[in-house]
Amino acid sequence: MYRLERVRKTFPDAAALDGLTLTVHRGEHVAVIGPSGAGKTTLFRILNLALRPTAGRLLFEGRDVGGLSDAALRRARTRIGTIYQQQHLVGRLRVVHNVLAGNLGRWSTLRALTSLISPRDVDAAAAALAQVGIPDKLHARTDELSGGQQQRVAIARVLVQDPDVILADEPVSSVDPSLAVTLVSLLRDLSAESRKTLLVNLHSVDLALNFFPRVVGIRDGRVRFDLRPQAITPALLEELYAGHADEERQLAQLKDGYDPFGRACRPLFDLGA
Amino acid sequence: MGGFDSPPMRWSAFPYLLAAAFALTLAASVRVANVDPRLLVDPESLGNVARFVRGMWPPKLAPDFLQLMVRPAIETVQISVVGTAIAIVIGFPLGLLASSSLMWRGVLHEQRVQRRRWLVGLPGYAVARAVLSVLRAIPEYVWAFVFVRAVGLGPFPGVLAIGVAYGGMLGKVYSEILEHVDPRPLETLHASGATRTGVILYGLVPQALPTFVSYTLYRWECAIRASAILGFVGAGGLGQQIELSMRMFQFDEVLTLLMMLFVLVAAVDVVSARIRARLL
Repeated sequence: MYRLERVRKTFPDAAALDGLTLTVHRGEHVAVIGPSGAGKTTLFRILNLALRPTAGRLLFEGRDVGGLSDAALRRARTRIGTIYQQQHLVGRLRVVHNVLAGNLGRWSTLRALTSLISPRDVDAAAAALAQVGIPDKLHARTDELSGGQQQRVAIARVLVQDPDVILADEPVSSVDPSLAVTLVSLLRDLSAESRKTLLVNLHSVDLALNFFPRVVGIRDGRVRFDLRPQAITPALLEELYAGHADEERQLAQLKDGYDPFGRACRPLFDLGA
Repeated sequence: MGGFDSPPMRWSAFPYLLAAAFALTLAASVRVANVDPRLLVDPESLGNVARFVRGMWPPKLAPDFLQLMVRPAIETVQISVVGTAIAIVIGFPLGLLASSSLMWRGVLHEQRVQRRRWLVGLPGYAVARAVLSVLRAIPEYVWAFVFVRAVGLGPFPGVLAIGVAYGGMLGKVYSEILEHVDPRPLETLHASGATRTGVILYGLVPQALPTFVSYTLYRWECAIRASAILGFVGAGGLGQQIELSMRMFQFDEVLTLLMMLFVLVAAVDVVSARIRARLL
């Protein structure tokens, strides 16, 4: 599905990715973890073809993205659905339009315009909202929903888009723990049902280790490990997060038996040690 | 990401230099513009003002005169409404073209491969901005003067003058509103393969619409006042009547007309405040 070869991405003030190499196969579920500032969000924006690598190659479905025309790039983007940390929805629009915006990659201008006046394909939008558990919010104004509900709307939009890959960039870091579990399992189950590839950037280590068969640790813009969760040791995690106070505190709490997700996640350090 | 501590304050001469430059400019302008408050209390000018004010009272309220003025009053409203409508038609497309975030810069263009597409965007942007500047720089009064010569006396040249001049202002402000919407929903739509038009329809316009409407209503309020001024060069409405009455020293008629104008402006204020309140 994806192949990244020594991808570098530099911004005017810093390097975000520094020679990152990674391969993701069709249908895989991968969690990406790492301290803040490691380049995870940049990685996801490169994967969804919003940013261009400064150097290195990105292959999507075997084709070098750097050589694609604008039109081919747009077609490729329709096959990649992204869910963001904060709601990237238009608050003033009704939920139905934010969900139906998943169709914009294949709708003609006329269709997009007329749908704003009288929504087209309402059944698909309603079905997607039912799948994410908020069927009654179809005609609500989006900014009147809670953060968790808006995140569900974002997932519903990706369902309507029906891409081959779902990228979720810290989808649950602004919701409470129990909702985080619900949303991550929702993403996992929906992707499994429709055989979509799923990449999730997660802030909480225990969600990553419990819900994903493959965990990639990123630090300083490079892959530090790429393992099954069973093979990830506390030492590896400590090394990954070394020097980042917040994340080290999270690890220490987990070591002490702190268990924010309850029964949804097994105690972390039974896994690898 | 990085810390949230702000960098230590550094002393900079810039704000002081700016303040000094401003004070100097103000002082020079007062001299050059012959600002002399004493002239205001000069007995001769006070006498002139008194004659004008005395002539105004009482306002002329004869039924036949009022009846005659209904049409110009309606005309003033019509000029402002149609003029603003034309301004929207001119300003909106130019505003889109004059938005750098749509044309050539920012998150929607990160992945651009074909350099010549960039070359299409930038010139269009530059031309749109230049056109808007020209439309704006020429006062509506001058536009009206031109259009009166082109299409004759009456409300039509007033409509055209407001449409063109305000089109320039609306376009400029629209483009600034568009450039300052939250870019994240735009990036999201763009990343899901939406076309440029799709991004505009589902990301840009819904976010910008309330500010658009609010500013357009404000411009409509201005258009009512402007249409009165435009009447002085023969572009119809209450202004033309005010000019006629002034020229014939019928100051009582002038006061009546000013009162009518006041009522119109106040009414428009109320209407647009209502619309705004419902919208925001």
